[in-house]
Amino acid sequence: MSGPVFPVLRHPTAPLGGRILTPFFKFLVALVLVACGALAVRFLQGLGAATAMSDGYGFGLWIAFDVVVGTAVGCGGYSMAILVYVANKGQYHPLVRPAMLTGALGYTFAGASIFIDIGRYWSIWKIPLFAPSWNGSSALLEVALCVMAYIIVLWFEFSPAVLEGWRNGRNAFLRGVAESWAPRLDKAMPWIIALGLLLPTMHQSSLGTVMLLPASKVHGLWLTSFLPLLFLVNAVFLGYGAVIAEATISAFGFKRPRETALLASMGPWIAALLLLFTGLRIVDILVRGKFGLAFLPTRFAFFFWLETVLAVAPALMLLGARARASTAGLFRAGLLILAAGILYRFDTYLVAYDPGPAWTYFPSLGEMAISLGLVAGEIMIYVYAVKKFPVLSAAPAAASR
Amino acid sequence: MDCTKLVPVGATGVSRRDFLKVCTAAAAAVGLPASAAEKMAEDVAAGKKPSVIWLHFQECTGCTESLLRTTHPDVGELILDLVSLDYHETLFAAAGHQIEEALEQAMKQGAGKYILVVEGAVPLKDGGIYCQIGGKNAVDILKACADKAGAIIAIGSCASWGGIPSASPNPTGASGTPEVLKGRTVVTLPGCPANPYNLLGTALQYVTFGTLPALDDKGRPKFAYARVIHDDCPRRTHFDAGRFAQKYGDEAHRNGFCLYKLGCKGPQTHANCSLLSFGEVPGAWPIGVGHPCFGCTEKGIGFEIPLHATVDIGGLGPPATFPSVAREKPAVNPVTAGVGGAVVGAVVGAAYMATRKIGEAEEKEKQP
Amino acid sequence: MTVSRRTVLRVLGAGAAGAAAAGALPAQARVRPTLPPDAKGLLYDSTLCIGCRACVTKCKEANELPPDARPMMGAVYDAPADLNATTKTVIQLHQEGGKSAFMKRQCMQCVDPACVTACMIHAFQKGKEGVITYEKSRCIGCRYCQIACPFNVPKFEWAKAVPKIVKCELCRHRKEGPACSEVCPRGAVVYGKTADLLAQAKRRIAAEPKRYFPKVYGETDGGGTQCLYLAPAWVSFEKLGLPDLGAEGVPQKAVGLQHALYQGMVAPAVLYAALGFVVWRNRKSQQKEEHR
Repeated sequence: MSGPVFPVLRHPTAPLGGRILTPFFKFLVALVLVACGALAVRFLQGLGAATAMSDGYGFGLWIAFDVVVGTAVGCGGYSMAILVYVANKGQYHPLVRPAMLTGALGYTFAGASIFIDIGRYWSIWKIPLFAPSWNGSSALLEVALCVMAYIIVLWFEFSPAVLEGWRNGRNAFLRGVAESWAPRLDKAMPWIIALGLLLPTMHQSSLGTVMLLPASKVHGLWLTSFLPLLFLVNAVFLGYGAVIAEATISAFGFKRPRETALLASMGPWIAALLLLFTGLRIVDILVRGKFGLAFLPTRFAFFFWLETVLAVAPALMLLGARARASTAGLFRAGLLILAAGILYRFDTYLVAYDPGPAWTYFPSLGEMAISLGLVAGEIMIYVYAVKKFPVLSAAPAAASR
Repeated sequence: MDCTKLVPVGATGVSRRDFLKVCTAAAAAVGLPASAAEKMAEDVAAGKKPSVIWLHFQECTGCTESLLRTTHPDVGELILDLVSLDYHETLFAAAGHQIEEALEQAMKQGAGKYILVVEGAVPLKDGGIYCQIGGKNAVDILKACADKAGAIIAIGSCASWGGIPSASPNPTGASGTPEVLKGRTVVTLPGCPANPYNLLGTALQYVTFGTLPALDDKGRPKFAYARVIHDDCPRRTHFDAGRFAQKYGDEAHRNGFCLYKLGCKGPQTHANCSLLSFGEVPGAWPIGVGHPCFGCTEKGIGFEIPLHATVDIGGLGPPATFPSVAREKPAVNPVTAGVGGAVVGAVVGAAYMATRKIGEAEEKEKQP
Repeated sequence: MTVSRRTVLRVLGAGAAGAAAAGALPAQARVRPTLPPDAKGLLYDSTLCIGCRACVTKCKEANELPPDARPMMGAVYDAPADLNATTKTVIQLHQEGGKSAFMKRQCMQCVDPACVTACMIHAFQKGKEGVITYEKSRCIGCRYCQIACPFNVPKFEWAKAVPKIVKCELCRHRKEGPACSEVCPRGAVVYGKTADLLAQAKRRIAAEPKRYFPKVYGETDGGGTQCLYLAPAWVSFEKLGLPDLGAEGVPQKAVGLQHALYQGMVAPAVLYAALGFVVWRNRKSQQKEEHR
């Protein structure tokens, strides 16, 4: 399938085909409908009616989960691009395209969450357009601009799959568009890819800087000047966790050949990242003299150790040959990586953040419904896309050359 | 001897109805039921008049004067009718040795039973020489009279804690009755002047039941002095709403707003001025006529703190009206917590099931 | 195995080097803001406050804020428990061992404000006389100011479909100055130049050392605030709800880091160029390999 028009694709991909409206898909539709109800309340009666957020907890589930966690899970594309394009490991190319799709979806829905979350959503266009008013000191501005830009970049990165789908489709006009645009896109691709590497580096680290500002309100086990670096490393390994999980689930869900060997070969590299992350964290806590906090009977200490165990366990698994050899073992490690990464981000934004004694936060039913609905929507589009467009590789990929 | 008896001022002949009315008011003031008023009236009608010795020291006679100037009905007269006033320097027609004799006689006859009413402060400096009556020092007269008294009532701020004579620099060492009679129960009715009803209530209770009203640590009857003026002030709503007169005669002042900023001592002053009108004239008290309370009843406030200086708010109102700086973390809604836990549990469970299924599928593949 | 041990070690080494560099990033990359010469603020003397709440009432009137009606003791009162969407200043009570002290809360007008640092397109700005102003038309309602403020001052209109942030701006719309200080019957809230207020606060402590806690809160706390506080001798500021922030400006670390990384966008530009080159080269080699 790959011809001179799409020279970058060394591994053939193909649409899966098949029925869209499966029972699972219908279940997702139901979740989306429930979320729509909650959204109506949020937009008609204000955030207070639909959420449990308060003046103490201005950031809630939508920021901590949908945005901070969601974008990091969507970093699969970024993480794979580092391997393929920076470390020059072309053999991982089959994993890039689905990762780009999940990334594009994750970021798009994170953007949607931001739109739902901010109080004055009709003014959101001012952020990119009020350039003279940009506040260079605001880490959040950096995040906002980069995320907005990266959503566009991600869809560009994914666009070859769409153009390919059109080229092979029946619509003559779309075929024409695909034929004429594909070569141009290919020429620009290195710079798009480089942008796709630069932007997550910037905003994923800035997501850490965001929580460095409320210094007096963030618990000592999380508050450090290394937050940007930790968030960056965290995003990268979270991306790999997402790639492993996604590849395994789609292989089983769509009854496709598995890519176990290819995934397993990334094991040591991911383990190194996990250990780097945990080691840096603990050394930093020791240097700052806050390690005692980890031994107090508090929820903070509990979550700190939970994060640490969740990060170290998959690292050890991935360093051992046994877990790497089996799909289930690899999948388990991938899920643990996801849990570790997600928990760290979630904790930094919600658990470690304590505005004072007057406030408590636990997401409301409305917030949860909307978050679930967004995730459901994301999965729906993924399922639709892989069935209609050439996203997943057509043949089992070789693990090594 | 007869001439030493009280010569009533004005006409007598108060109707029984008026008499009962005053007794009821007095009983209510002390916190006794209406039936007590009847008993008081009966006792008085039966002629059981207790002997009263009324001493004057360093003072202006304002308390006596205000007592006598009550008019509708004539509380002053009633009080005087209620009791057998056996010695009172202002009201007695007699003078000199004659009256001193009357005092001695009254003390002898009513020993252990008579009510001693003290009006005015007693100077203690230099042996108490700064106030003498018939060659005797005030402090000695007071001590002698108090020795045989059944009950001692200090009327007015001077007698209660020193009042104006004790104002800084207090050259004569003017002191209140409780300070002179340490160890004795002295009912103090501070005020400048004291509200006659407070005296009437206290006296009636003693006459009728032989008991004294409940007193606070300064000897003040709780029925009259348990609360500060501020608590029951008719202008309190303005205080609560932050509406203050800024200066005399400004619009806020004319509107009857709170006088705190002009130096009202109401927040620190214990008295029932706002609840029990003076001389039955409604509004006839400082705050009522647009002047800040100057704290006449309160030692350390009246004649001590400058007239227009503001004071701290003494007792805070009900605590619930002030939000606390420190607050407890609200509890998490158990329903949302449950649903949240269920969602996380479902995701973790699904992940676990998925790993197991994948593992099983893998096993199956291995077996040919 | 395609990711060699060498690669892992290389990455770990680079990571450690990067970490060391990030940790060493000087917070001095940012010049610390100082008190503007014309800075104005409030001096609140807790020992003088009588809790009459005239300030709260007048503030609502001057800022046209609706009452925060809540049931209390069988009636409904305008009795806010804290700063909120309808309350820009509030009087709170601290009780301890039979003693009590009042506490007035409103925006502290920080010298180095975290909210201004947080705000993406300058809806919050440090304006004339150092007053932190809020411009509704630039606000997108992200609430990062709420997260950032160490005093939990900015409040959000949660109950509205068209919300905004509510925060004391020292009555900058009034010629007469802040309403709260104007009506205070006891002079417990004084409005003036921060430098003068600080001098006065110190005079008060020196004159009555037994009355006052020996510190003016806001002189240096969190980089200094334009609103200053005096407390009674028996209580600490923390108990009155003013956090111990240290003398460094609250945003100093975060902004120092941000500026060090993004100064002039040099680092991102260099990184982009390097990435572009590497991607172009690697992609070419990968394509060549494929054609072979």
